[in-house]
Amino acid sequence: MKVVYVDNNATTKVAEEVKKEMLPYYTELYGNPSSMHTFGGKVAKKIEEAREKVAELLGAIPSEIVFTSCGTESDNAAIMGTLECYPEKKHIITSRVEHPAVMTLCKNLQKRGYKVTFLPVDNKGRLDLNQLRDSITTDTAIVSLMYANNETGVIFPVKEIATIVKSRGSVFHTDAVQATGKLDIDMKQNNIDFLSLSGHKLHAPKGIGVLYIRRGTKFRPFLKGGHQENSRRGGTENVPSIAGLGKACELAKKNIKEEQERVKKLRDRLEEGILKAIPNVQVNGDRENRLPNTTSLGFEFVEGEAILLMLDKLGICASSGSACTSGSLEPSHVLRAMGIPFTYAHGSIRFSLSYYNTDEDIDYILEHMPGIISKLREISPFTQYTK
Amino acid sequence: MWDYTDKVLDHFYNPRNYGDMENPDAVGEVGSLACGDALKLMLKIDENKKIIDAKFKTFGCGSAIASSSALTELIKGMNIDEALQVTNKQIADYLGGLPEAKMHCSVMGREALETAIATYKGESKKHYEELEGRIVCKCFGVTEGKLKKVIKENHLSTVEQVTNYTKAGGACTACIPDIEDIIKEVMGEIAVKKEISPVKRKRLTNIQRILLIRETIDREIKPSLQIDGGDIELIDVDGKDVYVSLRGACTNCPSAGFTLKSFVEAKLKEFVGEELNVINESPVE
Repeated sequence: MKVVYVDNNATTKVAEEVKKEMLPYYTELYGNPSSMHTFGGKVAKKIEEAREKVAELLGAIPSEIVFTSCGTESDNAAIMGTLECYPEKKHIITSRVEHPAVMTLCKNLQKRGYKVTFLPVDNKGRLDLNQLRDSITTDTAIVSLMYANNETGVIFPVKEIATIVKSRGSVFHTDAVQATGKLDIDMKQNNIDFLSLSGHKLHAPKGIGVLYIRRGTKFRPFLKGGHQENSRRGGTENVPSIAGLGKACELAKKNIKEEQERVKKLRDRLEEGILKAIPNVQVNGDRENRLPNTTSLGFEFVEGEAILLMLDKLGICASSGSACTSGSLEPSHVLRAMGIPFTYAHGSIRFSLSYYNTDEDIDYILEHMPGIISKLREISPFTQYTK
Repeated sequence: MWDYTDKVLDHFYNPRNYGDMENPDAVGEVGSLACGDALKLMLKIDENKKIIDAKFKTFGCGSAIASSSALTELIKGMNIDEALQVTNKQIADYLGGLPEAKMHCSVMGREALETAIATYKGESKKHYEELEGRIVCKCFGVTEGKLKKVIKENHLSTVEQVTNYTKAGGACTACIPDIEDIIKEVMGEIAVKKEISPVKRKRLTNIQRILLIRETIDREIKPSLQIDGGDIELIDVDGKDVYVSLRGACTNCPSAGFTLKSFVEAKLKEFVGEELNVINESPVE
């Protein structure tokens, strides 16, 4: 079956070059990087090489890069590691549109006695920076706000946020899982203390992540164990994946311009095409300040899961913020936080592109999307309300 | 990924009987845009009260559309009284089953059918009264009447099931204690026993609590004190206050006060309850 994969904010294909980089570290170069022998030492060298490549993509120093098992671990490590350093501080600031990796942890901490401020967003998914400034107190241990939203692609002004947080004497962490490889990130140009990224969102495999820790930032390891990662993350290194992530970062650095230009053009063509061909559709989120690969579209009077099933039959892989797909009964927390009218929220679909998408992919979606929506609207009892 | 049967997918991709009907004899509309699914059922009924045609229009997910399609296929040709006997389970069974979390789609079909027939019979007032009562779930507008009906018909015994079948309790969760009470009322005490067991610790009777305190002292505290030549005796329990008497080497130990709070009380708080306060009662000479 033909597969048109436009769900790259969920996960991405492992690049061929990345896979090639990883393979020797399974059966040939399988030594433990901590071992004293040359066999293991070779592996340790590869890890340092990968670390350098990750650092290069982020404009960081290699020693600021800590390999973890995933984005969620990085998020947990940044927040928990900071709380451990400031046991007297009992306040955390985050937003209402965070990924569950941060959201669930913060709600859990709330139950354990921490005071958590969940900053609201406006109907475009934007933060009020004055409100952020006013929320920070001497009790605020950490502020954790995402770089770019996974559902809408809306970008938070993290550089500005970092300056505000630092000027008020707190610590700033950003979940940059969706931003890495898509946006220019230069850690030399900002004051961000912690940044999380995940390999499988940028064509590395699943199960590898990074926590960037700025030099001089207080931190206690989240996974307590051996001396690996300069005693900042216990556990034997996932060597093949680290090698793969290094390669993926090298490729991302090389391809980022194309991601920002060609992929953005594809995204815009898809979005414009749909808006033009189908009535009663809206773009969810701030169109001016978005990831170049993401569009979240709300189709009025039809339901998201039904759209996805129709797309699935054609081999088109997308995702939805509707209630029925998440297994919950309400539309996604992101769309609700933005106050997206429920007529649109229930029928919201996210297309997220990658370097591997082509013009043909977009043609194929544009060819079928109007038919899918009009068929579902024919079935829907609310069709008379469409323009 | 969806756990749908082929039959569900077939009725979703090729829905039977959808569209508008001219001059229907009966119409039943349930659900809303806000809730995420809605169904309008239209029926043609002949002079013998037989359903000769059924059409639907549905806003909702794959299983909502498939359930509507199945419903219309099921009831066509039935007498209206026969049709009233159709249960939501029959709709689900017709489709080879629905995922548990999607059972509310079949309930919606059944509701639309009841509403349509009640309107046809001129009994819509009575019908709505039956389903009325206070609104239990404010997020999805589910009434006590509807909850009782669905719980009874489907023998539901847990809140999770009730949410799967009616959506009630599926959003802000504020009404969950109410739903528990309603299940209890409808199904009797036995049905909800399973739900209560995990929180057993919080509902200890006085006797259970005293026994647990004694057990904890014997198992967790005594052995450690005895190693150092000390001992402990439980004197009395009065509400939150646990009176003990430190014995042996503990009696004259300068750190007895510390032992009492940081060890004895900590252990009792851990194994019995956070509210406990331990008081040392010197033995009467």
